[in-house]
Formats: sequence, C-alpha cells, structure tokens
Amino acid sequence: MKVLVAMSGGVDSSVAAAIVARDGHDVTGVHMKLSSYATSSESDGRVHGCCTVEAADDARRVAQVLDIPFYVWNLTEEFSRGVLDDFVSEYAGGRTPNPCVRCNETVKFGALLERGRAAGFDAVATGHYAVSRFEGDTWRMYRSADHAKDQSYVLSTIGQEALSFARFPIGAQTKDETRALARSLKLRTADKPDSYEICFVPDGDAAGFVERFAEPGSIPAGEIVDADGTVLGGHGGVHRYTVGQRRGLGLGLAEKRYVVEVDATANRVIVGTGELLARGGLEAGRVTWFGEAPSGGTTATVQIRAHGAAIPATLEAVDPDRTIVRFAQPQRGIAPGQLVAFYDGDEVLGGGTITRSLR
Amino acid sequence: MSASLTIYLDHAATTPLSEAARAAMAPYLDERFGNASSAHAPGREARKGVDEARERVAAAVGARPDEIVFTSGGTEADNLAIKGAAWHAREQGRDGIVVTAIEHHAVLDPSRWLARQGFRVREVGVDEHGVVRLDALAAAVDDKTALVSVMWANNEVGTIQPVAEAARIAHDAGAVFHTDAVQAVPWLNVEAGIADLLTIAAHKHGGPKGVGALVVRRGVKIQPLLHGGGQEREVRSGTYNVAGIVGFGAAAEETALHRNVWASAVGPLRDRLQRHLSERIPGVRVNGHPAERLPNNLHVCIEGIDGEPLILLLDAAGVAASQGSACSSGAAEPSYVLAALGVPRDLARGTLRLTLGRGTTEVEIDRAAEAIVDGVARLRR
Repeated sequence: MKVLVAMSGGVDSSVAAAIVARDGHDVTGVHMKLSSYATSSESDGRVHGCCTVEAADDARRVAQVLDIPFYVWNLTEEFSRGVLDDFVSEYAGGRTPNPCVRCNETVKFGALLERGRAAGFDAVATGHYAVSRFEGDTWRMYRSADHAKDQSYVLSTIGQEALSFARFPIGAQTKDETRALARSLKLRTADKPDSYEICFVPDGDAAGFVERFAEPGSIPAGEIVDADGTVLGGHGGVHRYTVGQRRGLGLGLAEKRYVVEVDATANRVIVGTGELLARGGLEAGRVTWFGEAPSGGTTATVQIRAHGAAIPATLEAVDPDRTIVRFAQPQRGIAPGQLVAFYDGDEVLGGGTITRSLR
Repeated sequence: MSASLTIYLDHAATTPLSEAARAAMAPYLDERFGNASSAHAPGREARKGVDEARERVAAAVGARPDEIVFTSGGTEADNLAIKGAAWHAREQGRDGIVVTAIEHHAVLDPSRWLARQGFRVREVGVDEHGVVRLDALAAAVDDKTALVSVMWANNEVGTIQPVAEAARIAHDAGAVFHTDAVQAVPWLNVEAGIADLLTIAAHKHGGPKGVGALVVRRGVKIQPLLHGGGQEREVRSGTYNVAGIVGFGAAAEETALHRNVWASAVGPLRDRLQRHLSERIPGVRVNGHPAERLPNNLHVCIEGIDGEPLILLLDAAGVAASQGSACSSGAAEPSYVLAALGVPRDLARGTLRLTLGRGTTEVEIDRAAEAIVDGVARLRR
C-alpha cells in the first residue's frame, strides 16, 4: 500500500512513519508547513510553535534514518483559511474555538488527504492516539487504549470518508511504548517533550493572538454585568472570556464570580455564581457522524473538553446542523465553540460544535 | 530511484561536477594540501593553483585576474556586492539602492536589511515577461543612488535582462552597477566589463559547491564583509578553499570554451519539451520572455493543480524538477517572481520549473514529458 505519513517532527508521527515502513508499505513522509516561520535572527513576530524550521529538520532527519522519501509541503494558505481565520472570528464572536479540530478537518484530513489521494496514495497516516477498524462494511473509530493520551476527541468530526483513508499506526499503543520504539530505532525525536499548547500560540496568549490578527476595532471594549444586568465592570473585548472562566475578571468582589455567558451581539460578558454555570444539556451544530445519525433518546456518553470525562447523556440528531444532548447530571462550563464528541463506550460516534447550552 | 537513473531537470539549482573540474581538484584534495598564503613550497604550490584558477575564471567572463574576489559562493558574492558597495558609498554621501523586484533573495534580502539601517531601497518592477522596466529604473535612480543591481538572467523564469542599458542608467547617475550573473554564466557570453560588480557561482556550471566569485572592476571600492587575514586584497579574508577554487577555474574555462555549442544544443531540447507540454496538457502557461530567455529554462504554470504533489509524482517517476523557489524549511514559497510578472496567485500554485543541462538528451526529454503529462492527468482526475 502506498502510504503518505504526515510528519510533524514530533515523536508520535516519527514512530508512526517507522511502523508503516516496518510493515512493508511504500511510505512517503510529508511535513506540512502551516505558518510563516520566524527565524531566530529575523523574528517577524509571526507564528512560532510547531511550525518551526527545527520541526521540519527533525522530520527530515527521521525520514533519512527510515530511508523514505520526504517532502515539505506548503499548506500555509489552507491553514490560514481553515484554522487561523476561524480561530479569530470565533473568539471575536464570543465563542471558544478548538483549532486542533479545525486543523484535523480542513488540513490534515482535508487538504493533505486530498493531495495525497490525488497523488495516488492509498492512505494517509498520522501520529494520533486513536484506533480505527474496518468492521463489516464501514470504518469505526475507538478511543486509544492509553486513555490519558487518547486523541479521538479531536478526530471525532473528520467523517467516514476521511476515516476510511486515515491510518493511526500508534493509535493502540501507549506513549511510553512509542518513546521506547523511537529510542530503539535511535530516532532523534525520541525524547522531544510533548506539546500541550495550541501550536500557533506557544506563549498561551490566545487573546493576544486574536488581537494581532483581528480587524482593528472589530472587538470593542464593553461591560461585564451580572445576571440581572447590573454593570459590575468593564471588559477589553469578548474574545478574552470563556464560559466557566473565573480568573482575570478584575471585578474585585468578595464572592467568586464566573463567566456564565459571553454575548457578543450585545458586547456583554455576563457573570454569576458557580451554580449558574450548571446546564442540563447542549445543542451542537456542524455535526458529523461516522455512521448513522442516532434517533431520539439514544443513550451515549459525550465529552465536552479535551481529556474531559465521559458524561452520560441522551442524544437526538434533529438535523445535520442540530443535535440535542441531554446530560444525565447537570454539567458546568459548557462553552459555545468548543467541540462535543459522542461516544458509545470506547467507540466514537461523531462530533460537532457546541452552539449553546440548555438549561 | 538512485540519483544516476534520475532524469535531472533542475540544473538551475545545481549541476553535476564536471570531469574536468574533478580531475583538476583531485591533487588539491590529496598531496597539494598547502595553505595558499604560506611562504613555503606546499604553500606556493597551492597558491599557484589558486592563481591559475583566478586567470581561468577571469578569462571566462572577460575580466582581469586581479578583479576576481573568490567567495564561498553566489550568496556571499551578492552580499559582498550589495553591502560592500553600500557601506562604501555611504561614506561618499550616497544612500540609495535600486534593485529589481525579481532579484534572487541573496540580493533582495541584503537590500532590505540595509533599508532597515537607513538606506533608501527601491524595488523596480518588471513587465509580464519578467523584463525590468527601464523607464521605472531610470526614474528610481537619482544623484544619491549608491548602487543599482539588475540580475543578468532570472533564476526562476530565465528571462535575460537588458543589463547593458541598466548599467548605463546607473553610470549616468554616478552609481555602481552590480549584476548577479550566476544563472547566465553557464549559457551566455557574459562580459564582466559592462558591470562594476558581477556575481558568479561555480556549481551552476559544473564546478563544486561552496565557491564563487565577485568580479570587482578595477577602481571600484567596496567594504569587506569578512575581516581577518587580509586575503583577496583585504576584501575577503579567509583561508583559500584551494581545491574548490581550482575546480571553479577548470569548470569556468570549460564552460567558456563550450557554452555556445551547449546552448545551441539545449535550446531545441527545451523547445521540444515546451511543445510536448503545451500540446498535450490543456491550460499550460509558459512564463518568462518568449525569446530573451535562458536556453535551458522552461518555467510553466499548469492550471488546476498544486505544484507540490506534482513534484512528488515526478520524483517517484525518476524526474527531478522544481517549483523554482523554496524557503528555509524546504517548502515551496508563493513565488514573488511570478507575482511581479502579474501571474494570478491561483495559477502560480501549479508551478513547474524544468532546467536542462549540457548532458540532457532527447530521450530524457520525451520520458520527462510523459511523466509530466501523466502526473498532471492524475492530479486533475
């Protein structure tokens, strides 16, 4: 089989490439250049993080050791359109986006997969921790055995078509096993630290990133109010607030206050006590199912944040743009814009974007 | 696919080492190991190799031996020309730098770096064929212009520039004229005399990598980039890369002797390849000047495809080609040269640069054309 491996320069995709090559496939490595590089001597203040020349160098060196052809592909425009623009406009709209999900949808299992397909590859492999299996007449996705590293959440929206083309060579193993394999193969990425932050916001300052990229004046300052509409203070733009947030409100009140709603239309941030955060359910849009959409009242679990718990719930897919989730127990911190993934045990049924919480 | 079986159509990137260069270099990688600056027999032997090579390189471009400053390659020679001339002219009260918008990064980036240090830098546009607009060039030059730099031939689209006219415009304003002749030397009768400063790189015409020269016309003053032992008349310090310089000399001599014959042989092959692609692939646009273009260069945009997967498919089929521009990671960059020619951005995604060499055969051209036609068809499916 001709397999294209997406090689980020990290240990996971390095080992993914090694495994596919070991299994005797015709393997080609591609490193995606996703954003403008900032070099040490001439920092242009743009994006750092995953997309550094060093990452490309690491991926290239691993490909050399594995003796597979290697290319760097420039997917900067696709990343900018599909991920960065969405990131900025979602925050500006008072929502909390998950850029890794958009990257998986539009870049890794979007543009890269299309290019690979067009170039005659049979599959695209990545270093994700998730399991896919062909069962009966369809591909199914499952959580990785290593639940601590499981990445099925951020893959839940790629859809059946992309899943049929995707391979996750390290998906069933643990991170320790991945590192051990990398060391035994003497790959130079073996001991690279795990990355946790958003790759294009390595300093963790998402608000600062949004401010640099948003249209000037498009995110005005406004008021912070309580549930009754009483003005408690000011905010410097709705993009700085996420539902459930407690820090950085600057209200100077004795009692703890949380962001319970970000209303971009009214340009207001609504705060309240922790009890006000509790919600009985949510609505999701842009929903993708790997198989059939569940009918009303289907019992499942849902996950509403990366590495979050599996929450028992019932699902009702009203239409492709609207799935209603009812939790068995009220949940706190349902942030519109975030991803909700649907599970049946360890099987991933699909995923969508939280549009609003339900009382 | 081993390199020897590859149909190599990326000679603008680099060329194989010629037999003449290899043979000339061999003793200097072995028994003639001396430092060319040393005052003993091994040193003298090495110095003789350097000075003979200096004569050969000079003769190849119609310059005098004492006008040759050996460097580590084209990039260093361009940097030495731009920064060296600008720094010298600043002492004379001149602070203007005029370049074309399609110069190699080795000229553009030093210019932009100097702009951040207070120099006035103008980047002059080109027409749709990639020929510098001489009226715009003349308008950009003034009596405070230190330096004008116009490449002899473009590395992406191959367009040959009116360098003699550009030199006249520079000289009329009392400015120094530099030309990057790296891509021109392999194919054209380059006469260094028209320019004050001229860049050459050995590896583009059968010499080794890591060596080049800046031809500095007698009487032209530049400041050095590298200070140290004072080699090359204080303009470029550093222990001589003796074997590299010797190989450069042999390659330059061989090139000057044969390039007219090689050019007249490669032109029809390039035209054959162009016919293949134009006739068999719908939506092919040939870039660069139809006539005033390097005879080995074919640069096309192919509608509806991305260049990167095409390069991969060609590579897998044993054809080494390029998109013409790459960044530090190795990814293709949206070409600023094509942008300057007015090529729409969408079309510029499907770029393919095929640069033939003196050894390219008709059989290779036909096989390469087949691979390109197949690759494009697959990507369009």
